[in-house]
Amino acid sequence: MTPTVRPSTVAPVFDDIVRSESSLRRFLHGLPGVDQVGAEARAATLASRSIKTTSKAFALDLAIRMVDLTTLEGQDTAGKVRALANKAMRPDPADPTCPAAAAVCVYPDMVATAKQVLGDSGVNVAAVATAFPSGRAALDIKLADTRDAVEAGADEIDMVIDRGAFLAGHYLQVHDEIVAVREACVRPDGSTAHLKVIFETGELQTYDNVRRASWLAMMAGGHFIKTSTGKVQPAATLPVTMVMLEAVRDFRDQTGQMVGVKPAGGIRAAKDAIKYLVTVNEVAGPDWLDPDWFRFGASTLLNDLLMQRTKMTTGRYSGPDYFTLD
Amino acid sequence: MARIDVKKTYKLYVGGQFPRSESGRSYVVNGADGTFLANAALASRKDARDAVQAARKAFDGWSARTAYNRGQVIYRIAEVLEGRRAQFVAELRASEGLTAADADTYVDAAVDRLVWYAGWADKVTQVVGNANPVAGPYFNLSSPEPSGVVAVVAPTGPLLGLVSVVAPVIVTGNTCVVVASEAHPLTAITLGEVMATSDLPGGVVNVLTGSVAEVAPWLASHMDVNGIDLTGVADAGLAADLEVAAADNLKRVRRPAGRTDWLAEPGIDRMTDWLETKTVWHPVGI
Repeated sequence: MTPTVRPSTVAPVFDDIVRSESSLRRFLHGLPGVDQVGAEARAATLASRSIKTTSKAFALDLAIRMVDLTTLEGQDTAGKVRALANKAMRPDPADPTCPAAAAVCVYPDMVATAKQVLGDSGVNVAAVATAFPSGRAALDIKLADTRDAVEAGADEIDMVIDRGAFLAGHYLQVHDEIVAVREACVRPDGSTAHLKVIFETGELQTYDNVRRASWLAMMAGGHFIKTSTGKVQPAATLPVTMVMLEAVRDFRDQTGQMVGVKPAGGIRAAKDAIKYLVTVNEVAGPDWLDPDWFRFGASTLLNDLLMQRTKMTTGRYSGPDYFTLD
Repeated sequence: MARIDVKKTYKLYVGGQFPRSESGRSYVVNGADGTFLANAALASRKDARDAVQAARKAFDGWSARTAYNRGQVIYRIAEVLEGRRAQFVAELRASEGLTAADADTYVDAAVDRLVWYAGWADKVTQVVGNANPVAGPYFNLSSPEPSGVVAVVAPTGPLLGLVSVVAPVIVTGNTCVVVASEAHPLTAITLGEVMATSDLPGGVVNVLTGSVAEVAPWLASHMDVNGIDLTGVADAGLAADLEVAAADNLKRVRRPAGRTDWLAEPGIDRMTDWLETKTVWHPVGI
C-alpha cells in the first residue's frame, strides 16, 4: 500500500514528517528533551535581571502595547466588553502619551460588540474559539465556532488544542485539527485571521510535551503559540514560555518563518511582565520584542503596568483608585 | 560548657510576615550606654511600597469586622503584651536606659492604653455619630467611617509612644504603616511579634524601621495612602515637606506633636483624625 501523500501546509521540508501518524510521532519524540532543572535555573537567572530607568520605561510601554486585554467570564456583558475596548484604546485617559493595548480578547459572541467600539483604531479583536477552554467538542462545531467569530469581525482567533488527543499520542489528529481551524480563519476576501494555538501547558505535564506541542502547532501553521487559557492552574510560567521561545527561534532557523508567542494567565505584576521581556530578548532575540510577535494575555496586568508608568512619570507611587477596575 | 548566645535578627513586620529589607541594608542600634545592641533593618522606599500594598489588602477585611470584634482583638494584643512584660521591661532598660521602676511604669501604661482604646472600639460611633434633625420627613444619620491606609511616623517612646499612635488608628478600622522610632527600633519589632500572635490580621499594622527622612516622603506622596500622622517627625523642615507632598491626593495630615506626655490620658482626637463622616438620608415611615 502506498502511503497517502500529505503535503505540509507550511513548508515542503515538513512533507515527510506530517505524512503519517508514525512519522510525525518519530519526529516529535526525536526532538531533544528539555533539561527541566536547567530550564528552570536559566529562567530564574533571566528573571533576576534588573531593569531600571530608561530601559524600564521602554519595557513598560512595550508591555502595554503587547497586552491582549482579556475578559473570558460567564458574566461578561456587552457593557463590560465596551468598557474594556475603550480601555484598550486609551489605557490611561489622563496621559495621551500612553500607548494602546494590542487587542481585546473575548468570547466569539462578544466580537461584534468589541469591533463596534474598536473600529479601525488599530486595536485588534481576538476571539477564543473551538469550544474554549476545554476544547471538548466535535470538529465541525469547533470549525463553526471559528467561522462565526471570523465572520463577526475577529482579527485573531485563539484556539485550544485537543489535549486529550495530544496526551494520548494522536498527534496527527491534533495537527489536522489546527490545519482545519486555520482554513476556517480564511475570510471570503482571501485574507486570514491570525491563529493563536493554545496548549494549556498546565495540562501537558512536561516541558518535553510543551516543546512537542510547539513544533506541532508551528508545523500546522499557527501564527502564534499560546501557553494557557487562564482557566487552569498553573497557567503561564517563565520556564514554559522560555521553552516555547526556544522552539520559535529554532523554527525560524529551519524555515525562515517567524511564529509569535503569547503567555497568558497568572501574569499580574509589571515586574513579572518585564521578566518575560528579558527572556524574549535573550532567548528568541530582539526581533520578537514587538506586539506582532509577543503578547501577554492578561487583564489585571494592565493596571499594574499603568501604575508603574505613572510612578515613573510623576515620581510618586500611584494607587488602584486612579485606574478602572478590570 | 559555655552556651552560645542566640542572637535575634530584627527584621521588618509587613503583611503579617517578618521580611528583611528588600534593599538588604541594616543599621547598627546602640543601647543607652553606647554599647552595641543589634542590627535593625534599614527600610527602603520599596519596603514602604510593599507595606502600603499589604495595608491596602488588609483594609477591606479589617474595616468590615464589627467594632466589637476589633475591640476584642486589641484587647488580645494587651493580653499578649502583658504576658511578655519581662521582655519589654528588659528591652526598655537596655535601649533607653530606664530604671526598672520606670520601665515597669511604661509597660503598664502601654498595656492600659491598649485596653483603653479597645474599649473605645464600639463606643466612638455613639460619641461622634449623630441623628441630625432635618427640615423634612427624613431620618438623617451621620456615622464615622475609617479613612483607609494611614501612614504613621512614630514618636521616640519605643513602646508607649508607639502603642499610643497605632492603637487609635486601627481601632476604628483603618490599617497602618508605621515608621518606628529611628533611635529605638527594636522594641517596635518585638511589638510586631506581639501583634502577629494576637489575632490581628496580617497587614493591619506594618512596621518599618530605618531612616524617617528616607522613607516618610514616599509614604507622604503615595497616592494609595489616605492619611499621614507626623507625630514623630522631629525636623520642622521635613514635616513641612511631608505636608506639602501629602496634599497631592488630599491626605489627612496630623502635624507633629511637640513634647507630649504619653503617660497622660489621651483624648479621642487620635481616633477621630482618621475618621470620615458618612451621612445617610432615609425617608421616614418606610
